[in-house]
Amino acid sequence: MSKTLYDKLWENHVVHTEADGTALLYIDRHLVHEVTSPQAFEGLKLAGRKPWRVSSIVATADHNTPTDHWEKGIQDPVSRQQVETLDANIHEVGALAYFPFKDKRQGIVHVIGPEQGATLPGMTVVCGDSHTSTHGAFACLAHGIGTSEVEHVLATQCLLQKKSKTMLVKIEGKVGAGVTAKDIVLALIGKIGTAGGTGYAIEFGGSAIRALSMEGRMTVCNMAIEAGARVGFVAVDETTIEYLKGRTFSPKAGDWEKATAYWRTLVSDADAPFDAVVELDASEIAPQVTWGTSPEMVAGIDANVPAPEDFNDPVKREGVARALEYMGLVPHTPINQIMIDKVFIGSCTNSRIEDLRAAATVAKGRHVAANIKLALVVPGSGLVKHQAEAEGLDKIFLAAGFEWRQPGCSMCLAMNDDRLLPGERCASTSNRNFEGRQGNGGRTHLLSPAMAVAAAIAGHFSDVRELTS
Amino acid sequence: MEKFTTHEGLVVPLDRANVDTDAIIPKQFLKSIKRSGFGPNAFDEWRYLDHGEPGMDNANRIKNPDFILNQQRYQGASILLVRSNFGCGSSREHAPWALQDFGFRAILGESFADIFFNNCFKNGLLPIVLPKAEIDALFLLTQSTPGFRITVDLAAQVVNRPDGHKIPFVVDAFRKECLLNGWDDIGLTLRQAEKIRAFEAQRRIEQPWLFA
Repeated sequence: MSKTLYDKLWENHVVHTEADGTALLYIDRHLVHEVTSPQAFEGLKLAGRKPWRVSSIVATADHNTPTDHWEKGIQDPVSRQQVETLDANIHEVGALAYFPFKDKRQGIVHVIGPEQGATLPGMTVVCGDSHTSTHGAFACLAHGIGTSEVEHVLATQCLLQKKSKTMLVKIEGKVGAGVTAKDIVLALIGKIGTAGGTGYAIEFGGSAIRALSMEGRMTVCNMAIEAGARVGFVAVDETTIEYLKGRTFSPKAGDWEKATAYWRTLVSDADAPFDAVVELDASEIAPQVTWGTSPEMVAGIDANVPAPEDFNDPVKREGVARALEYMGLVPHTPINQIMIDKVFIGSCTNSRIEDLRAAATVAKGRHVAANIKLALVVPGSGLVKHQAEAEGLDKIFLAAGFEWRQPGCSMCLAMNDDRLLPGERCASTSNRNFEGRQGNGGRTHLLSPAMAVAAAIAGHFSDVRELTS
Repeated sequence: MEKFTTHEGLVVPLDRANVDTDAIIPKQFLKSIKRSGFGPNAFDEWRYLDHGEPGMDNANRIKNPDFILNQQRYQGASILLVRSNFGCGSSREHAPWALQDFGFRAILGESFADIFFNNCFKNGLLPIVLPKAEIDALFLLTQSTPGFRITVDLAAQVVNRPDGHKIPFVVDAFRKECLLNGWDDIGLTLRQAEKIRAFEAQRRIEQPWLFA
């Protein structure tokens, strides 16, 4: 029988199955960061258990770390304690790799895994972070887990899982100039909603996905969770294999041929059945901007803010009314007239070298508008930062009035000092526009890096296609 | 893990869809390295009028009188009634920890986000998916009947309304067993240790690059 990629990944990891179909899945890679791991290490210790296979662990500190004045260390004592707890735990149990605060390879866990070749096709990848779906770009079964499951994986190298339904998201055609992976995934979420993928494993396919770089595919898979799907992935092709050549933990010469031969089988069979299929025409996608407090509240840059009356479902109508009130927006306002206060370019969604290149291309020779209080560029890792500096991107950003910071999660979730003040409005390349996400009372609009720069330069949302054409 | 067999309790209706984990427990409280003590900060931004930070004396903060959990008639509620896609967003287990620490034992809704749903089971907090019509009816009853209580019977897989109406629900057999017995997942999995070792040894031969 023909199989989907999900079937193949699943079957390749089943250790044991319970009578009701609950399976014990073997976990190849365990990514660990400081926020969701301390209670798991403590639980392990209290139960007198040892980690099963520490060579599966790749760890870093990212959520709490400051993005400037590294010479001062971590000023917030509570954040510092959490980072030091990770240091102590990894020091005690060990890991394949650990990139602590200030290490030149430190960065956002979902940026460094692929960058190091620690994320390889066919792996199961877990992390106590919902954006673990990012690694699906490499045809991995990758998803976020809670802290109890972090402890479970540490202790047993396995997870208890029920098989999901499968959804094929097929995006055919060619995106227009100025339209990026971020716009594709935001348009998808706008179409199927933030619960559209709940209970499904999403495979992203079609010519528009095939045409994306690995960085672009990571952006798309990263936000699968924002569509409700714990896992999102893309089949292996030459782009995948090319990206992995020569990375630190990629297979070495002796294993490379065997590995790539296996990886090439990690595609859905031509006639494999999916439980659901969603199709999008890439050529119809405009640059996207969210206007509400859920990623599904999104529209093209040329659209207007909707009115609650536009929605029939009473719960939805109420949700839109509440969102507009929180966001301080009036129905029917053209999106390109909304003024902004801050700009954030970064996060596990959009902080890779390609994102910074796209942003710098728009920023070059231009300057941030006078009404912008802060425009931040936060690279995803120390290596991304180094690469960007080697290409002179930092100088472009600085000349344009952006701040060039140290790597970390930063203002995506504002656990460090980078945050919005109540009422401030931000153009952000991150993944969540929930109430208070970037700071208590802050107002977040999600968009692509190029669109974030266009907004910074205009002082309000603006169509990047008009700047670059 | 705390066992869950049957639970009878006061119901509080949280009438909004897509309640995310940032709303359930804001990020500043995730800096704790403990599993307990999150209850006073559950729904912090909706529950209090000031901005909450770790270490504050929550008893002295000003509560938002409009927020449903602060209303007198719902004090002591242990069953949370919600709409669709509850618990969307991050994987933080601090969300079910906060709800449980607040005093909730069961959550009834139209649908839940996957990771949150899964995390609840690890903590003896029972999330129950019911048809929209049943949820709509429960919202009406809860809002119109002061002191509205229900009983959740996990063994029988049924929610019992005081008017005698019974609402059956579905739960995975394995999860149900674990909750009814208060079993520790890790202990259960380690019973399969031999199988895991054999699987791992085979994998090491077939895909040695995974074990570099």
